[in-house]
Amino acid sequence: MSKVHVKMTINGREVEALVEPRTLLVHFLREQLGLTGTHIGCDTSHCGACTVDLNEMSVKSCTLFVVQANGAAILTIEGMAAPDGTLHALQEGFRQMHGLQCGYCTPGMIMRAHRLLKENPNPSEDEIRSGISGNLCRCTGYQNIVKSIQYAAAKINGVPYQEAAE
Amino acid sequence: MNDIAPTQAERAEKLQGLGCKRKRVEDIRFTQGRGNYVDDVKLPGMLFGDFVRSSHAHARIKSIDTSKALALPGVKAVLTAADLKPLKLHYMPTLAGDVAAVLADEKVLFQNQEIAFVVAEDRYIAADAIELVEVEYEALPVVVDPFQAMAPDAPILRDDIKDKMNGAHGPRKHYNHIFNWQVGDKQATDEVFKAAEVTTKDLFVYQRTHPAPLETCQCVASMDKVKGELTVWGTFQAPHVVRTVVSILSGIAEHKVHVIAPDIGGGFGNKVGVYPGYVCAIVASIVLGVPVKWVEDRMENLSTTSFARDYHMATELAATKEGKILAMRVHMLADHGAFDACANPSKLPAGFVNICTGSYDIPVAHLEVDGVYTNKATGGVAYRCSLRVTEGIYAIERAIEVLAKKLGMDSVDLRMKNLIKAEQFPYRSALGWEYDSGNYHVALQKALDAVGYPALRVEQKARQEAFRRGETRELMGIGVCFFTEIVGAGPSRHCDILGVGMFDSAEIRVHPTGSIVARMGTKSQGQAHETTYAQIIATELGIPADDITIEEGDTDTAPYGLGTYGSRSTPVAGAATAMAARKIRAKAQMIAAHLLEVSEYDLEWDVDRFTVKGLPEKFKTMKEIAWAAHNNLPPGLEPGLEAVNYYDPPNMTYPFGAYFCVMDIDIDTGVAKTRRFYALDDCGTRINPMIIEGQVHGGLTEAFAIAMGQEISYDAQGNVMGASFMDFFLPTAVETPKWETDFTVTPSPHHPIGAKGVGESPNVGGVPCFSNAVNDAFAFLDAGHIQMPHDGWRLWTVAERLGLHA
Repeated sequence: MSKVHVKMTINGREVEALVEPRTLLVHFLREQLGLTGTHIGCDTSHCGACTVDLNEMSVKSCTLFVVQANGAAILTIEGMAAPDGTLHALQEGFRQMHGLQCGYCTPGMIMRAHRLLKENPNPSEDEIRSGISGNLCRCTGYQNIVKSIQYAAAKINGVPYQEAAE
Repeated sequence: MNDIAPTQAERAEKLQGLGCKRKRVEDIRFTQGRGNYVDDVKLPGMLFGDFVRSSHAHARIKSIDTSKALALPGVKAVLTAADLKPLKLHYMPTLAGDVAAVLADEKVLFQNQEIAFVVAEDRYIAADAIELVEVEYEALPVVVDPFQAMAPDAPILRDDIKDKMNGAHGPRKHYNHIFNWQVGDKQATDEVFKAAEVTTKDLFVYQRTHPAPLETCQCVASMDKVKGELTVWGTFQAPHVVRTVVSILSGIAEHKVHVIAPDIGGGFGNKVGVYPGYVCAIVASIVLGVPVKWVEDRMENLSTTSFARDYHMATELAATKEGKILAMRVHMLADHGAFDACANPSKLPAGFVNICTGSYDIPVAHLEVDGVYTNKATGGVAYRCSLRVTEGIYAIERAIEVLAKKLGMDSVDLRMKNLIKAEQFPYRSALGWEYDSGNYHVALQKALDAVGYPALRVEQKARQEAFRRGETRELMGIGVCFFTEIVGAGPSRHCDILGVGMFDSAEIRVHPTGSIVARMGTKSQGQAHETTYAQIIATELGIPADDITIEEGDTDTAPYGLGTYGSRSTPVAGAATAMAARKIRAKAQMIAAHLLEVSEYDLEWDVDRFTVKGLPEKFKTMKEIAWAAHNNLPPGLEPGLEAVNYYDPPNMTYPFGAYFCVMDIDIDTGVAKTRRFYALDDCGTRINPMIIEGQVHGGLTEAFAIAMGQEISYDAQGNVMGASFMDFFLPTAVETPKWETDFTVTPSPHHPIGAKGVGESPNVGGVPCFSNAVNDAFAFLDAGHIQMPHDGWRLWTVAERLGLHA
């Protein structure tokens, strides 16, 4: 199959490649670029394990061809920590609030939460729950994921995190 | 010299040992996308395998034409049963004593059954090639109903064993029958029922569902023909058992088979078994001499590799008018699908379902289980429920509710009256288990107080009256469940897998500078073993948990163990960990005595050191002892500081809990809203309360999903109806209720640290609690037992049947 030239920015780095037109973005990230933090959970856009940030939108990279991402700026979980290794507030929040167990949904969940907090820096619990409803988790029951995102929001907003009374 | 010495409490806190809400070690890599899951494994020259699957549920295969697929550039091989037959690998043994087809031999028995394995340069070419394999079928009559499977004129499903009327578990009654398993005293039970004042009988159907971890089953097989060694990376909850099975099947000596379970993206029982994908990838790698990867997609996962439940339970209770339960009688029809690949200990064809007398002192009982074949997917795993426990507890916890209604009693009063009393432990149940410990009345009372139970019933009564007056269209349900789990499989006298006793193991090595590496025979799939085992060792050896590395999953380095499922890691490998640490501490005591020039009997253990009795300033820390173990030992003592323990538990452990659910059901939409869910768990000694709470949240969410919507259903032609996340219910953050957790602590008397295991309790207790809430909402309208799953459509039809929409 003839290949197509694509060029995009991934985690701040320019990437050029020749790809088959039918190559899915998630396979390109994982198999050609070795960015295996982005996962595949369902093949049908339901689970969100493959969520990445594309041109400041959350997208499910299992349902996008690489050619559709030509020219785009993409952020994956590997690009979340600062260059000096300092973790992003969400990465810290998920650990502090026990927002993960098997870790398989976590990269997609963090990428979705990242965009959610950009869109709505101070979301309510219901807004968080609705904002991550395109991402499935089988382990945590979401309660601590919600807290993880609240923790990160507080940190980004420079206010102390207070756990809501239950 | 010890003026500013830290106190005992300060030293203990620094260890982050037992009881500490220690943050998880695993999270550091998982939050940065640095986990290493099977599909992340990439080897030079690796090929990709994929299956041609049956479109029919029951059909004879007339022909398979692979020529067009083989002609496609990039396709390296197409395997069929004909290729595997000379190797005797077209069938493989199952854990349940049956065989299962690896690739369909002459006939298919369920939809999506594996027919051919295509191996190609990448996954896209493999997917193209699958479409080019032509299979010609001759359709046969299909049986999806387990009751019809046993009809005298039912179609014969298993041609391969149709004349073999003696199965792995005794005589078979019918060509579609697998086993008949009976426990308890039938005659005595029947006599009690004949004379009983009050009896109940209901058919409780526990629908077919699926564990559906977010990562599907997958493997990479790599045969090194030069060394004659095979390495397999896979999603294995039990890597050591997989190595043994692979060695037996392949004929490659066990020491030349390396099985590695890297990070696993959830298991919940799905990843216990050996599946055709693993076998085919291994065969392909052996034949082609290059690595072969197999990754199932979600539809394949939901429709082929294991299912759970499909138990049809006719459940009877006999009681006095005052509500003393006298006997229980249960007949279960167990639909095990096309092959009996149920994941149970070899001698227990229906697992621990004979825990079905639950938490109650029932003097006599009889349980009979008949397993049958149907044209449905094979498997029958414990979906987060310790080997069929959730089925048994569902039966008793629904039956208690039915009996309470018949007696006109509050179901909580009925439970209080019949719960096993604290002084009765250890308690021998009528169906043969010895419950190690419990304090049920205290737990139930604590839960009742926490939820304000009497006030809830008052509110419910008022709402029912308002409903009858037409002032509301909502029904309020209160779900109650008191459950007893049975976990920690298990004592080798009861439990083995393919003849290997279900012990587990730990090996601990203390390095000269006082840090530790420890390895276990279990394998975490998200349970945070790297965090919690280190806490056990930290407390036992006085070395900070942060200085302890835990490794699992590599059969070359870890001691042999039976893996992680059935909440067995803490009860079995956790016990092995404590026992191995105690061996090290005993040796450390000898070294400390030598260093301090006292008798070892003059020393006492003090958090992180041995201290001379009465002289607290004279001590040696474990770190100092570790150094001395490598250079300054008592004469005759061998150097080093390490130990291994293989732990064969004396008994199972019996966690328990009291759960309450408050639910409102809109009869016009059928939508059920969980207003409140309270879960009190007693898992004995609590290693890490944060992780326990997380396990309970997750288990309750799975219970919610099962009770309120999950089902793998089939139409009459055997087409699987729910094999994608579009159709199979996985709750999102929006539907998932909020969870309140609570606890009591009743340590296990036989476990070295008193821990019992917790991961599966919330599933065992949660499902009946939700179902009881739904049934309770409709009970005042005399709805009778309402079967799961309780999704909106089904609840609407219940309201319709009761004439509530008129």
